[in-house]
Amino acid sequence: MVVKRTPIIHRKGLEVFSLLAVAVIWQFIAVVIVKNDIFLPPFTDVLFSFFEVITDISAFFKDLSTSLMHFSIGLFFALIIGIPVGIIMGWFKAVNRMVDPLIEILRPIPPLAWIPIAIIWLGFTHLSAGFIIFIGAVFPIIINTFTGFKGVPLVYVEAGKVLGCIRDRDLIWYVALPSAMPSIAAGIRIAMGVGWMCLVAAEYFGVSSNGIGYKLWFHYGIHEMNFVIVYMLLLGFIGLIIDRLFRYYIDRRLLKWRSGVVL
Amino acid sequence: MGKVTITNVSRIFTKEDGTTVHALDNVSLDVQNREFICIIGPSGCGKTTFLRILAGLDFPTSGTITLDDVPIKGPGPKRGMVFQEYSLFPWRSVIDNVTFGLEICGTNKKEARHIAMSYLELVGLSKFAKSYPNELSGGMKQRVAIARALVNDPRVLLMDEPFGAVDAQTRNRLQQELLKIWERDKKTVLFITHSVDEAVFLADRVVVFTARPGRIKEIFDIDLKRPRDRTSVEANIAREKLLSSLGTEIKKAIE
Ligand SMILES: Nc1ncnc2c1ncn2[C@@H]1O[C@H](COP(=O)(O)OP(=O)(O)O)[C@@H](O)[C@H]1O
Ligand SMILES: [Mg+2]
Repeated sequence: MVVKRTPIIHRKGLEVFSLLAVAVIWQFIAVVIVKNDIFLPPFTDVLFSFFEVITDISAFFKDLSTSLMHFSIGLFFALIIGIPVGIIMGWFKAVNRMVDPLIEILRPIPPLAWIPIAIIWLGFTHLSAGFIIFIGAVFPIIINTFTGFKGVPLVYVEAGKVLGCIRDRDLIWYVALPSAMPSIAAGIRIAMGVGWMCLVAAEYFGVSSNGIGYKLWFHYGIHEMNFVIVYMLLLGFIGLIIDRLFRYYIDRRLLKWRSGVVL
Repeated sequence: MGKVTITNVSRIFTKEDGTTVHALDNVSLDVQNREFICIIGPSGCGKTTFLRILAGLDFPTSGTITLDDVPIKGPGPKRGMVFQEYSLFPWRSVIDNVTFGLEICGTNKKEARHIAMSYLELVGLSKFAKSYPNELSGGMKQRVAIARALVNDPRVLLMDEPFGAVDAQTRNRLQQELLKIWERDKKTVLFITHSVDEAVFLADRVVVFTARPGRIKEIFDIDLKRPRDRTSVEANIAREKLLSSLGTEIKKAIE
């Protein structure tokens, strides 16, 4: 069979058309109907502001790196706390019974509700912003790790045992953890999404004067809604890129042994 | 060495709701070193339970089991096991599945791979060393499982209907390969099957279990010279004897 290579505009025609249509309608509503830049800035204004933001490379880079730092701090602690907690809960029944009530109490508290605590405990620091992201990210990681461990097929554990892998530590490391990996990876992916969503809140209360979330609030304060929308879109794009990179990495590592990882 | 002595083993399961299942009742059996034993019996009669107890994965309610006069207290690499269901680690390649037991025992990686490759060659799968279990057919998976169980050089090989899920043609070939390995390594083998044909082809002795609670009903010596011919008159006679011992239920299940 001959594979015909078609130009991107043909292959992605509908998608491109839909985006263009939204832009045109947006522009029309803003300029002809609303006529109020604070209520709805025109698409073209947003587009120019967008280029303004990303062409000021050093400022943009500073915002991006600050936000990624907050995000990484939160995710890092969520991983090093969430995975071991999930493992221990999943492996030792008694621990699960002790820890589960605590988790069920803490989990429904919205991450934003932790802001006062974050300020009191950690002050106006990067750690404080990281803390809010941590709160958002840690529970999906705990729960998916726990679920993954609960779902480890008994036959793998027993196969490990008859091959001489008998201590809990070895069974967890060599059998349960790899077997639970797809579930843990799915948890990390959810955690990254939730953590990224918490970024705007984490940078709201003045831990720094950089960061994409911070800039969003800053421009809101001076009523530059075109910039607010630019930072909104940037948050979306970067979130998407993070998610895609993670999924690409995971697929390459897990797809070898698991056809159709549910992520 | 691989002498297994089972004395008065009973196993009663107590479920969460308090009801009990009497799986094994007073089973005693002496298995000689290098002997090939087949265990056959109606399904649910406690065969798997019996093998799990030998593996150290489960414990008798009463009775004792020893391997070379040492009581069995838990699982260990002296007893290799091939499970009824597919038990290869899907996250490890074929070769890494086979090296698993060696890695755990602290063999260095290079040597472990070398030993594992020799066992993969033995089961005819060295070409698939880098594949993952989900790329293999059922029969291939069980061959890898056999290689994985052999790699620690266990004294006893416990096999729980290992060929139950593969097609008849593949099964015949796997049986021949297993005998070749057994003759080469001269291990003690306890092999559960629901096929009279398989038992007569493989075993030195066939142990027939009763329906639950599992007891030993009868033990048959299969004095056929090896290599065996499945179609010989003697094999037919042995099958007939086994079948009538197993009773009409099993007869129905097989034909
Ligand atoms: N962990 C368990 N708890 C309760 N009952 C069990 C357990 N394991 C096995 N049994 C019961 O013991 C009986 C024997 O099971 P099994 O040894 O698997 O039989 P077989 O392998 O001969 O088909 C069955 O009735 C089964 O339901
Ligand atoms: Mg069984």
